Amino acid sequence: MPPALSATGLENRDGGVQALRGVDIEVDEGQLVGLLGPNGAGKSTLVKIACGLVRPTGGHAQVLGHRAGTIAARTSLGYLPELFRYPGWANGDEVLDLHQRLSRSRGGSAERRELLELVGLADARDRKVEEMSKGMQQRLGIAQALIGQPKLLLLDEPTSALDPAGRIAVRELLEELRRRGIAVLLNSHLLSEVELVCDHVVIILKGATVASGTPDELARRSGVEVETATGIRRYEHATRDDVPRIVADLVAAGEQIYGVTVVRSTLEEVYLEAIAGSEA
Amino acid sequence: MNGSLIVARYAIQESLRRRVFIVVLILSVGFLALFAWGTSAAFDEVQQNLDVGESPLRASEVAGGILLGLAMFAILFLGAVLAVFLTLGAVRGDAERGLLQPILVRPISRRAVLSGRFLAAAVVCGAYVVVMFLAASAITRWAGDWWPDRVVVPALGLAGAVAIIAALSVLGSVYLSGTANGIAVFMLFGGGLVGGLLGQIGDALPSVRLERAGTFTSRALPFEALYQNSLYGITADADGFERVIVQLGPFGGAQAGGPGLWVWSLAYLVIVGAIASWAFSRRDL
Repeated sequence: MPPALSATGLENRDGGVQALRGVDIEVDEGQLVGLLGPNGAGKSTLVKIACGLVRPTGGHAQVLGHRAGTIAARTSLGYLPELFRYPGWANGDEVLDLHQRLSRSRGGSAERRELLELVGLADARDRKVEEMSKGMQQRLGIAQALIGQPKLLLLDEPTSALDPAGRIAVRELLEELRRRGIAVLLNSHLLSEVELVCDHVVIILKGATVASGTPDELARRSGVEVETATGIRRYEHATRDDVPRIVADLVAAGEQIYGVTVVRSTLEEVYLEAIAGSEA
Repeated sequence: MNGSLIVARYAIQESLRRRVFIVVLILSVGFLALFAWGTSAAFDEVQQNLDVGESPLRASEVAGGILLGLAMFAILFLGAVLAVFLTLGAVRGDAERGLLQPILVRPISRRAVLSGRFLAAAVVCGAYVVVMFLAASAITRWAGDWWPDRVVVPALGLAGAVAIIAALSVLGSVYLSGTANGIAVFMLFGGGLVGGLLGQIGDALPSVRLERAGTFTSRALPFEALYQNSLYGITADADGFERVIVQLGPFGGAQAGGPGLWVWSLAYLVIVGAIASWAFSRRDL
């Protein structure tokens, strides 16, 4: 079974701007990968290459074994763009109906009803898009992306217009999708959101990968602090596995130990450190 | 359902439900009412003042041809406005507003999206100009008991003309933003009509250079040649002095295009569509 999304040495140059410089990424079935980076880092370009809106100028991208952008590749994916709009004259049900036809989904009204319920818009199916709030439109966008039971979901800032309750609902939805085996590439500025739901995180800056790993791996770098009678001792590169050895060494050296803390930086700290380190 | 038909169905649905369509309907009804009032008054004048010693039928022929020709110019203009408004943002405009991307990532070719947008505009605008032409013809019948010599060919000519304008607008939308594209297509529209008029003046003078300018315009922008062919059709059986009068006016002369015009118009649509598809396939969004 090929990965849901794989990209190797992906490059993109638009005029004088090098948006991507050899990015590698892989998203497996049922995996939730978070893509982090500052504005202009190349995150949206990467997502757009995956769904065929932008052509790479180097490297390869494949969706379930098919070259990204081909009709075979697009059959298997759902996409919510960062900047999107649906026609104001249509209601939620009509928007989903159009996408069902385009994706050749046979789900009919049952699928539309289920998806609108899933994103909390069951009561708004007949409401025109122009009468919906931005948050409602974003939830409709998520429902649209799920039309046709995609195997890969590309979400570009899916919660930017949502209130905290809406964000929690999307988080729960992402966890449900993972249970169903759907692969998700989540492009988000909300680090806490990525930390909470993603299995793997890729941080890119100026079109290149600067850090990659599970949230746990990335957050494990901060070290161990030991409170002794003579003060707090910091072991910056130590991990939880090093604690017994550190404590044993200190006790052997005659120190009295009052507390040990494994310092785990938040993803935000890791992110800022990675960005700062790369820019330096 | 075929991808382009899905897009066309959706675009027709959109064009019928947007407020611009209501505005067009109201303006069209207003235009027809004004035309009916003006046509009735014109026929009354003609029959009172110009029929002395002449056959009433001949005076009506001239008045009917000129009045319906005037209406056809207005109908072509309204059809062109509708065609441009339905297609001016088909690619770049819709992409800038974020309407296009969710559709393009579906398993449907970009060519199908473009042809669907064109098909919808051609159907809506073609139906519009045909209905308007028939309504204007019915008004000349009611007001002056005059009916055009040909009905089907002029109606199809107008429909073909607006289809070509829609195709040019779809092509322009790949390169230009909505406003810029609208301006560009209307400049082409005006340029085409002026070129056709120059050709007619060249024919009357006669001036080979002006005739060549008219022929070139008709080839480069065949909507103008289709319009002239339609004008010719409504008085196709006129001869003598009537033929001369109706051939010259009022907005662009009447000129038979022959079968070659229809072949070239179809080929032109295919060429414009192919260029638009090629350009769209290379466009990053």
